[in-house]
Amino acid sequence: MQKSFRFYFQLGFTLLVCAFLIIPIILSMLAGITDNFFIGWSSGFTARWIVQVWDSYQVTIWRSIAIALACLAVTTLAGVPLAYMLARHNGGNSRLARAIEELLMMPVAVPGLATALALIMAYGQYREFRGSLLFILVGHVLFTLPFMVRPVLAVMQTAQLPVLEEAAASLGAGPLQRFFGIVIPNVFSGILAGALMVVTLSIGEFNITWMLHTPLTMTLPVGLADSYASMRLEVGSAYTLIFFLMIIPLLIAMQWVTHTTRSRVRL
Amino acid sequence: MTVGLSIGLSKRRPQRRLYLLFALPGMALFVAFWLLPMLRLVAVGASGPTGAAAYFAVLTNHHYLMSLISTLLLSAAVTLATLLISALVGLFLQRNRFAGKALLLAMLTFPLAFPGVVVGFMVIMLAGRQGLIGVVSNWLFGDAWVFAYSLGGLFLGYLYFSIPRVILTIMAAAEKLDPALEEAARSLGANPLQVFANVVLPALAPAMISSGAICFATSVGAFGTAFTLATNIDVLPMAIYNEFTSYANFAMAAALSIVLGAITWLVLALARSWSGNAAGAAA
Repeated sequence: MQKSFRFYFQLGFTLLVCAFLIIPIILSMLAGITDNFFIGWSSGFTARWIVQVWDSYQVTIWRSIAIALACLAVTTLAGVPLAYMLARHNGGNSRLARAIEELLMMPVAVPGLATALALIMAYGQYREFRGSLLFILVGHVLFTLPFMVRPVLAVMQTAQLPVLEEAAASLGAGPLQRFFGIVIPNVFSGILAGALMVVTLSIGEFNITWMLHTPLTMTLPVGLADSYASMRLEVGSAYTLIFFLMIIPLLIAMQWVTHTTRSRVRL
Repeated sequence: MTVGLSIGLSKRRPQRRLYLLFALPGMALFVAFWLLPMLRLVAVGASGPTGAAAYFAVLTNHHYLMSLISTLLLSAAVTLATLLISALVGLFLQRNRFAGKALLLAMLTFPLAFPGVVVGFMVIMLAGRQGLIGVVSNWLFGDAWVFAYSLGGLFLGYLYFSIPRVILTIMAAAEKLDPALEEAARSLGANPLQVFANVVLPALAPAMISSGAICFATSVGAFGTAFTLATNIDVLPMAIYNEFTSYANFAMAAALSIVLGAITWLVLALARSWSGNAAGAAA
C-alpha cells in the first residue's frame, strides 16, 4: 500500500501526542532512580530513593491494596444483585431501574469534593467511624459501584440469560438457585471486567480520599500528594515509579479481558 | 418452543418485589452514604449567616464569580483542544494499519488510570522548575519557560488527563462508521474535506458530544491536579477546598460544592439528551 503524505502527517501528529503523554512518565521514572536529578544522569543511578519511599510510605501501599480489595468485595456483593434487578425488574423495561441506574452514576458525575464534604457533614461527628479506614472505603464504594454494575448489566442484557433462566425455572429452580446457578456463571466476564476497573479506580482514587483521610488512614495517592509537596523531586518520582509498577499489571489484565470478551462487554 | 416458554413465564413470573430485594444491599449503601449525606450538604449550605442566599454567592461574590468563570473557560478550552486532538488521532488510528500500532495505542491509553495528583506531577516534569520544557527553551532561547504552577499548567494537566479517554470513545464510534457512505460521497464528487464535514463528522457527533461533556465535567470538578500544582490556582474546586480547610467556612464550602455538582450534572444530562443515549459514564 502506498502511504500518502497525509498518512505521514497524521502519523507524525499522533506520535507527537504520544510523546506528550509518555515523555513525562519516562522522565519521572528516570528521576526516581537518578542520584541528583538537578545535575542530571551524570550524577549516577541509585536505588536509595526507592528504599527511602519503601521505608516511609510502605504502609500506604498495603493500605491502598487492602481498601481496593475490600471495595471489590463490597461492590461485587452489592453490585451484581443490583445489576440483576436492573436487568430483570418489570421484564427489563422498568422506569424504576432506569432511575436507579441514573442515580448510581451521581457519585461519578458530581465532583468527588462534594461527595466527600457530604460524607463529612453527615457522619463526621462519629469520631471512630470518621477516623477509620471504613470511612474511606465508603467513599471508594460509592465511586466505584457503577463501574461494577454497568459491565455486569451489559452482559446480562446481551447474554441468552432469560431463556436459560426460563429453562431452569421450568425445571423447578427457585430465584436464588437461578441467580447462583445460572446468572453468576454466565455474567462472569462482566464481573471480571468490572472487578479490574473497581480495583484500578480504588487504588488511584484521590479526590474523595483526600478530604476523608486522617494522618493514620493515608492511602497511596494521598501519600503521593504528600511526597510531592514535602519531599525532593527524586523521592516523589520514586514513589510514582512504584505506583506505575502497581497499576501496569492491572491495565494489562484489563486490556486482555476487554480483548477476549470484546463482543460481549463494553467498559 | 417459544409458546411453551412464555406459558412457563406467565405461570412462574416471580413477583416484582423479589427483584427489588436483589437491589436492596446496593441501594441501602447508596441512600445511606450518598443520597442522605447530599441532602444534609444542601441543608448545611443554607445554614450560614446569609442563609439560602449562599447558593447565589457564586454569582454575587466577586471572588467566587471569578473562580467560576476561570473554571468554566479553562474547562471549555480543554474540551475543545481535547476533541480536536483526539478526533485526529482517533480517526487516524482507526483507519490505518501499520507496524507498532498496538504499542502506540497502549502508550496512548496508559495514562487512563492516573489519579489527578499523578497528572499534576507529570505536568511538573514537563513544565516545572526542573521540567523538560524549561531545559529545552533555556537551551534554545536562553530563557527557561516554567508555567506548571499556573492556569497554563492546569490546562496541560487536564489535556493530559482527557486525551486518552476521548481517543478511545472516538475510535469506538469510528469503528461503526460505514465506509460505503464515504465511498458514495466520494463517487458523487465530494472532496476529502467535504466528506469529512458532511459524512464523518455528523456520524461522530454523538460520541464527540458525550465524550466532550465528560471531559468538560471532569475538568470542572477536578481537584487533584490543581492541588499538586499550586493551592492558589483560582479555580472553583480549590476555592471550595480553601473555604473548608483554611477558613472552616463549612456552609459556604457546602453551598459552592452543591453548585459545582449541579453544573457538572447538568452538563452531562444535557449532553445525553442531545446525543441520544450514547453518553456513557466517565469511564
